[in-house]
Amino acid sequence: MSFLDKTARSFLLAELVKGFMLTFKYFFKPKVTLNYPFEKGPLSPRFRGEHALRRYPNGEERCIACKLCEAICPAQAITIEAEPRDDGSRRTTRYDIDMIKCIYCGLCQEACPVDAIVQGPNFEFATETREELYYNKEKLLDNGDRWEAQIAANIEADAEYR
Amino acid sequence: MAELWTMYGMPLAIIVGKILLIVGPLLGAMAYLTYAERKVMAAMQMRQGPMVVGPFGLLQPLADGLKLLGKETIIPSGANKFVFVLAPMLTFALSLVAWAVIPVNAGWVLADINVGILYLFAISSLGVYGILMAGWASNSRYAFLGGLRSAAQMVSYEVSIGLVIVTVLLATGSLNLTEIVMAERPLWVTALLFPMFVIFVISALAETNRAPFDLPEGESELVGGYNVEYSSMTFALFFLGEYMNMILMAAMTTILFLGGWRVPFDIAFLEFVPGFVWFAAKVAFVLFIFLWSRATLPRYRYDQLMRLGWKVFLPFSLLWVLVVAGALIYGGGLPPATVEVIHVIP
Repeated sequence: MSFLDKTARSFLLAELVKGFMLTFKYFFKPKVTLNYPFEKGPLSPRFRGEHALRRYPNGEERCIACKLCEAICPAQAITIEAEPRDDGSRRTTRYDIDMIKCIYCGLCQEACPVDAIVQGPNFEFATETREELYYNKEKLLDNGDRWEAQIAANIEADAEYR
Repeated sequence: MAELWTMYGMPLAIIVGKILLIVGPLLGAMAYLTYAERKVMAAMQMRQGPMVVGPFGLLQPLADGLKLLGKETIIPSGANKFVFVLAPMLTFALSLVAWAVIPVNAGWVLADINVGILYLFAISSLGVYGILMAGWASNSRYAFLGGLRSAAQMVSYEVSIGLVIVTVLLATGSLNLTEIVMAERPLWVTALLFPMFVIFVISALAETNRAPFDLPEGESELVGGYNVEYSSMTFALFFLGEYMNMILMAAMTTILFLGGWRVPFDIAFLEFVPGFVWFAAKVAFVLFIFLWSRATLPRYRYDQLMRLGWKVFLPFSLLWVLVVAGALIYGGGLPPATVEVIHVIP
């Protein structure tokens, strides 16, 4: 009897019909993918994207060249040189991040005592050449200016969990 | 001179015009079949499919075509150049040539020949040569294996396709495609032919090397099968040929089983829709089944493919020829003989 049963099922394509009905059901289900360059998924306030150097509201740069980020960086992607400025405050003369070495662990951000170096929400900074990914101080400060509003909002949103 | 024009010039111009009328929409349909395939598969996998080029990605086929045109045609140094270049052209040309006998609407056919179905069968069998030549001329192991698989597969499934066609011919009594469409079939004959419809669609999948029978391409084991060494327009011609063959097989299914350009179930109030629209809709429906099965079924193993062809479809269709023939004789469904058979006693 089981032979008859099996033969009948295979000739009536029972399993194929079942499978086809399943895919047909999925045909009408809503799509789970995003239309990426035009639609983007939500990001956590803790998202660790492209680096930025922030400024105080009066335009003074926050970084005091303590080099904690350089020391903690596990990939040794950060290079800092510093000397006292004319007004006596300590400032960096060079702040480079090699974005190719960087592993986006967020330790620089954690180490920073003045919230100067942060990883912002931007993750679309692919380039066509390797050289463009060697960020210098100017580029990092520029990033900070561009993303300040979002970075500040993210820090505020995340502050109560720290 | 004027005589020359009326005798030869004008008929030639009319024929060329008709050919363009067939080939133009056909190429357009082929381009949008690739788009439909990507969209249908995407929907069944809950993706969006092409969305960037043009509204809803509608210009994607154009972009793909332009990309292929702009690429370099690479001919491997070990290849047999003549056969290598000939193979894609042959595949493409054969996929177009078959359309000469396909009636798209009542009387809308380039060549209304009396052996249309035999012609179609012959042309679709020739299609294997392009693939075989490509596989051999590439001088590549993958391509060669792909070509061999394709040849064996197409030969196997043509046998059952032939028997399916025989059953339809039994019920209609004509080899002319227009007459096959116009032939009146009682409901019980349609019901009897339904298993043959299923076998025909499955065999058509195998014949056009589509999933789940896409072993000649077999990306996961043969890289790309018979067309690995092809690039640019030579590849595009294979691609065109493959999709054109899909449309051709869908058109054959429509003519043999779905009543061609006729209104489905003879519903009277739908008569205002022109015939070729019904034809296109039915072809699209069969093509949807093709795409649907690609989204649903995993690829067959080669021995399973051969087992299905020779040990299931061949005996079953042979049996069904007998069943249909017997039912037609005893049920009185045989078509009226169109030619008087005169027995001459010597």
